[in-house]
Amino acid sequence: MEWIAVIGGKTRQFIQAVGDFACFASTAFGWIIRGPGSRAMRELLRQMFDMGTMSIPVVMITGAFIGAVLAIEAYPQFAAIGIASRLGSVIVVSVVKQTGPILTAVMLAGRVGGAMTAELGTMKVTEQIDALRAMACDPVRTLVVPRLLACIIMTPVLTVYSDALGIWGGWLIAVGVDGVRNYSFWHYAAAGTDMFTVNVGLIKSLIFGIVIASIACYKGFTCGNGARGVGRACTESFVASFILILLTNFIMAVMLNNFYNWFWPNQPSLL
Amino acid sequence: MGAATADNPTTTKPETTNPIIRFENVHKRFGPLVVLDGMTLDIPQDRTTVILGPSGVGKSVLLKHIVGLLRPDSGKIFYRGKQVDNLSEREMEPIRKRIGFLFQLGALFDSMRVGDNVAFPIRQQGGKNPAEIQEIVHEKLAVVGMDGTEKKWPADLSGGQKKRVALARAIAMNPDVVLYDEPTTGLDPIRSDVINELILKLKEELNVTGVVVTHDMTSAFKVADQVVMLFNGKIVSRGTAEEIRNCADPNVQRFIQGRASEEDLRALHRM
Repeated sequence: MEWIAVIGGKTRQFIQAVGDFACFASTAFGWIIRGPGSRAMRELLRQMFDMGTMSIPVVMITGAFIGAVLAIEAYPQFAAIGIASRLGSVIVVSVVKQTGPILTAVMLAGRVGGAMTAELGTMKVTEQIDALRAMACDPVRTLVVPRLLACIIMTPVLTVYSDALGIWGGWLIAVGVDGVRNYSFWHYAAAGTDMFTVNVGLIKSLIFGIVIASIACYKGFTCGNGARGVGRACTESFVASFILILLTNFIMAVMLNNFYNWFWPNQPSLL
Repeated sequence: MGAATADNPTTTKPETTNPIIRFENVHKRFGPLVVLDGMTLDIPQDRTTVILGPSGVGKSVLLKHIVGLLRPDSGKIFYRGKQVDNLSEREMEPIRKRIGFLFQLGALFDSMRVGDNVAFPIRQQGGKNPAEIQEIVHEKLAVVGMDGTEKKWPADLSGGQKKRVALARAIAMNPDVVLYDEPTTGLDPIRSDVINELILKLKEELNVTGVVVTHDMTSAFKVADQVVMLFNGKIVSRGTAEEIRNCADPNVQRFIQGRASEEDLRALHRM
């Protein structure tokens, strides 16, 4: 019967961690609504530069290669049924709606989320977070709010960069290598992409930004002692962010498609 | 007047009139580890209380309870007669603004230069213009022998220098109480004596109440008005520096003389 106790204990720990995370995230959003304060706003600019500007090259490179690979894999299938000219549509919709937001989010979870967890975790184990509290300064307001806001703002911006390079990568292969006509590529790309498609990608990236920053900060604030504790928190932060990105992507895909079909029942999804 | 001991709890106690901080039957444990076991202690106002005890006995934990960084499992803590262990983080803020805390490892903010670290609690308290803040920062750094380091980063300082900057930060806002967690650890003997003189000066000229956790017996006997010895989560001895020096308890004598116990020596000989 010992295994029942083990399962019960693990379940209780999980529920407690979810509750703690919910309290942590709601405290952060509470501060955003009440006003982050001038110190947090100054920190916000630094965070936007660190996590946004510094991430542009890696996000653009990732986007370009994914767009190119999409074109390489899709061209033979489309050519076989004589609709290779429509490659622009599938590349743009795939990049804008799915691969752009998800790959940008995964890159940020690794590059930015990991750094965030490591920085806050180190601050925790060196008692810097305690020092903030001891000086009557709310560490969530000072440390979490600027990171959360920066991630919410910069993830959609980076997604736009990734999308742009993804489309360029797809165009390069489709038009430059596979011989699709330039006019056809852009004509069908424009025909297949409406504002809803663009907005879906941006809404997703905004939610992913919230997921990445809130998990990374929570893991940093709750990490164990020593270098091992910080290292483990970084790993857990990435894994949890990655799983939640995929899960929220699935949920949003279902919800937003239903939303689309509900409001525009006579216009089938272009995918 | 002899030192009060755990074996002889009815002996006279040192002056405890007008306590600024009071622990009343405080219990604290971390998992199976009992750290504070029914601690009852008065910290007299305008006096310096030194907490002694072996490493890991809960001295730093005791300090953290005063500013609400840790909460007791049971028992009560009072500051100026007001119960504080049940206050929210926001309710604790006015109290925290009147208490300076020197952390064991300094806990300087890595992302700020030395000057900004010292200025942090002053800015947090508000009411000072930049020129006044700069003047206070310069003055406090000069007091600890670190003037001219305002533009340096904490990473560029030695352990002892970090400790001195952290002390400047702890006293930056002229607090009513300063909690010193090992203030002389990592300092050379001369600099240690300067810190001891600073603790005495703060008490004599500004009526600052001090609570000092230390293993440095020279420092302890120099600055203490009251010495409290902890062992296994309990107070085993309490009195003035002179009373503790003359205390008959063998554990106390072994600690203040820095002698290993017979048991420790036997373990060494078994190697």
